Amino acid sequence: MKIETRTVGDVQILDCSGKITLGEGTMAVRNTVRDVLKNGGKKIILNLADVNYIDSSGIGELVSSYTTVTNQGGKLKLLSLTKKIQELLAITKLLTVFSVYDNEQQAIASF
Amino acid sequence: MITQENTIEVSIGSALEYLDLVQLVTDCITRFMEFDEDSSHWIGMSVRESVTNAIQHGNKLDQNKKVAIRFEVSPEQLDVYVTDQGNGFRIEDLPSPLDPENLLKPSGRGIFYIQSFMDSVEFRKLSRGGMEVHMVKRVSSN
Repeated sequence: MKIETRTVGDVQILDCSGKITLGEGTMAVRNTVRDVLKNGGKKIILNLADVNYIDSSGIGELVSSYTTVTNQGGKLKLLSLTKKIQELLAITKLLTVFSVYDNEQQAIASF
Repeated sequence: MITQENTIEVSIGSALEYLDLVQLVTDCITRFMEFDEDSSHWIGMSVRESVTNAIQHGNKLDQNKKVAIRFEVSPEQLDVYVTDQGNGFRIEDLPSPLDPENLLKPSGRGIFYIQSFMDSVEFRKLSRGGMEVHMVKRVSSN
């Protein structure tokens, strides 16, 4: 699991790649989102295009991150879901919770 | 193409570090059975979720307790049995992750995903102690 953070204007884009599974993967997402918040970032995009595997704990971590960011007055949006992540979010009704984008420019403009 | 029945058994200690190993074994078996890529992915995820539950919630990460995974391969279907040495649970006691009050909970989706992706799932408390999860994926549903 690897996360690289980019800044576009006042938006932080977290490019995630690899596996978001219980343990190392979920901790990486949690810690990176917390670091962004600690540094004052309020507009966060999780780019999941290169996430090749996610488990229920990974989905849970996306929910936790969403809640943490929202509770601190920020916004967290998802970009470029793979077909499998989309399916996992859809069947657990989480597509109704997250704002999801296929296009980075549109995701940035949505804040 | 599978022409005869076979059983593959794996026993692991209650540590999350073994999850990738179990996943690898599952992937090899589904490839051997010629499940398509999507079915293989969801079977692998279902087994991983079940073993995660057995390690975390069943055996409570007690290294002295084992998790047994048995794969029964046949031309018609794959049966997977995941057994722990914990106190067990009643499936009807688990809250639905789809209820509005549970939507934003960080956990509680694993069993729902298993039930969604496998053709059948049964949970059984064993008389000798422990819990057994029996999952089936039919080759025809591939």
